[in-house]
Amino acid sequence: MTATAPSDGGLIAANIMHFGRALRAAGIPVGPGRVLDAIRAVQTSGVESRNDFYWTLHAVFVSRRDERELFDQAFHVFWRNPKILERMMSLVLPSFSDEATTPKETLSPRVAAAFAGTDTPQIEEKDQETEITFDAAMSWSRTELLGEKDFEKMTTEEVEAAHRAIRHMRLPIEDIPTRRFQRDPAGPAIDMRATMRAAMRDGGATIPLLRRDRRSRRPPLVIMCDISGSMDRYARMLIHFMHAVTNDRDRVYTFLFGTHLTNVTRYLRNKDIDIALERVADSVTDWSGGTRIGSCLHDFNKHWSRRVLGQGAVVLFISDGLDRDAGDGVSQEMHRLRGSCRRLIWLNPLLRYDRFEPKSLGVKALLPFVDDFRPVHNLNSLTELADALNRTGPRASAEMTVWRGRAA
Amino acid sequence: MDLPQSVQETHALLARGNYIAERSLATALYLSLSMKRPLFLEGEAGVGKTEIAKVLSETLDRRLLRLQCYEGLDAASAVYEWNYALQMVEIRMAEAVGDRNRAALENDIFSKRFLIERPLLQALEPLADGPPVLLIDELDRTDEPFEAYLLELLSDFQITIPEIGTISADEPPLVIITSNRTREIHDALKRRCFYYWVDYPTAERELEILTTKAPNAPTDLSRQIVRFVQKLRDIDLFKLPGVAETIDWAEALTQLDKLALDPDSINDTLGTLLKYQDDIAKIQGSEAGRILNEVNAELAGAAE
Repeated sequence: MTATAPSDGGLIAANIMHFGRALRAAGIPVGPGRVLDAIRAVQTSGVESRNDFYWTLHAVFVSRRDERELFDQAFHVFWRNPKILERMMSLVLPSFSDEATTPKETLSPRVAAAFAGTDTPQIEEKDQETEITFDAAMSWSRTELLGEKDFEKMTTEEVEAAHRAIRHMRLPIEDIPTRRFQRDPAGPAIDMRATMRAAMRDGGATIPLLRRDRRSRRPPLVIMCDISGSMDRYARMLIHFMHAVTNDRDRVYTFLFGTHLTNVTRYLRNKDIDIALERVADSVTDWSGGTRIGSCLHDFNKHWSRRVLGQGAVVLFISDGLDRDAGDGVSQEMHRLRGSCRRLIWLNPLLRYDRFEPKSLGVKALLPFVDDFRPVHNLNSLTELADALNRTGPRASAEMTVWRGRAA
Repeated sequence: MDLPQSVQETHALLARGNYIAERSLATALYLSLSMKRPLFLEGEAGVGKTEIAKVLSETLDRRLLRLQCYEGLDAASAVYEWNYALQMVEIRMAEAVGDRNRAALENDIFSKRFLIERPLLQALEPLADGPPVLLIDELDRTDEPFEAYLLELLSDFQITIPEIGTISADEPPLVIITSNRTREIHDALKRRCFYYWVDYPTAERELEILTTKAPNAPTDLSRQIVRFVQKLRDIDLFKLPGVAETIDWAEALTQLDKLALDPDSINDTLGTLLKYQDDIAKIQGSEAGRILNEVNAELAGAAE
């Protein structure tokens, strides 16, 4: 650090370095490069006023809106007395780590399974009552029977087999054309640049026409899943599905909602399903509680829709439509949601009953705005979902008119 | 014009361009100008992000190059393109004359003469008045590939054209990048910039802005407008009104020869302030009346 420190004593440089470390401990990604930038920036702007100093460091260390609050607190504590922060950290950190690590010192189920061989299911069975992190250490099952079986009626082994099957599921949403081009011998347009280069290859004697076509790309996918009490078993199964989809393609955003909305995208990106589920369980506080669809949708529309629904996103809305607030505020929010996405697909496990009637207030409020309404209660329905998503043609599926008629 | 030499001067420079800025913004801008790094501005629509670049180019007397981003923006429209028609003619000419060898022709065809420069390449060219201001507007509208392309430009201020080689700037342009945060920009790009979140202004600041930007509005009306808008920003609306909307509203009311806010004129002109039907329906009528009463009570209290 002394090498880059200003000539008039390296104290401020050293302090900036320590401040950088404090920020890193607080969760802002600060590397040595940023610290060097900060020192250079402070040299540039000077340290005459505390305010300028604050905004100089702010310009370097902060790079997202949500980091502003963290930075602000850290700044005020640190630059009043750096020792305080240190002491506070030493007070806070051990208790944090105690809480965070000791219960999880237990082996990951996957590691446990690897070491224990075949006896593991008995140990795991206990875990399943309380945790959503359960994993497959099972034999191959008769997939056909399994496919028809309702998630709710599955035994422990079947649940595990289903997890295994889900892990290999993919979601082939129809690609949408972008405004970018790629070479295509049978493309509709002429690629002038490639043509000129090809012409040069034989000295310009002949000019072979090379063609190009639009490149297509998968649209972003937003999954909103209900995790209230009535959806419990399904949500626990579907989260494996969401994990598989998240890791299969880019631009997948996942939200869980019960009484409030939680964005779990970041946790599900974790490749290891055990770690991913653990993180999700830590962040979500309303598993198996009530549902407030209207207010959760409102939250989504207000805070997230403009950030994740750009560029033609497809929305998967997974819920049984049973709303504690009896559909209050749902219509307006659904209307807006429908208006900001490319396609809105509702997956409802209650559709497994042949005589399902869209009579509840929540269902009635939701139904007019969805483009597709499908069951999601067993493995086969998940597989069929793939076909439905790949459908081209008008935005709303043909069955929707029937459903809307029945709901009216 | 030379670049400002301190935060104070930067602040004054913006003020000269009729841009009322927080000191914090002046600090970030000064850092970006003197350390020759892009300034990354994020904030809601209508808080004056784009305006900063315009003011900068005006007051510093530099050329403004604007690149409006959109989905699928590609190198051909952002960086450069070859002039194919001219190239064809050249090949045809060479053929007619018949005395040129292949290598010479190739060198000739892919030379700067046949290059159509787009904003990003233009920004690297030396100019008599000093490097230009490059505004990359609404970066969040493009896709990730373009963002990745920008990395080379923003860190080394150079562009690689396969047929010619690397073109780099003698003096880097002043780069302002704006984003409405409709998606998160990658950290790798943000790391190369100074970051600033442009917030809604405070009431005093907004009044200052209004007196500069809408000088024809009566003072009392401006006061009412600012208080009203500030109160609206506390309400749960889908799209909160930005500074641009405040200015528009002040101008609209001035055009209608209003000297003070009244419920009817608010209802009639609410469309300049709120841009979503739901929001308008929520505020129009009794809610607008309630806010107006609050505003008037506050102003009366302040006057005493």
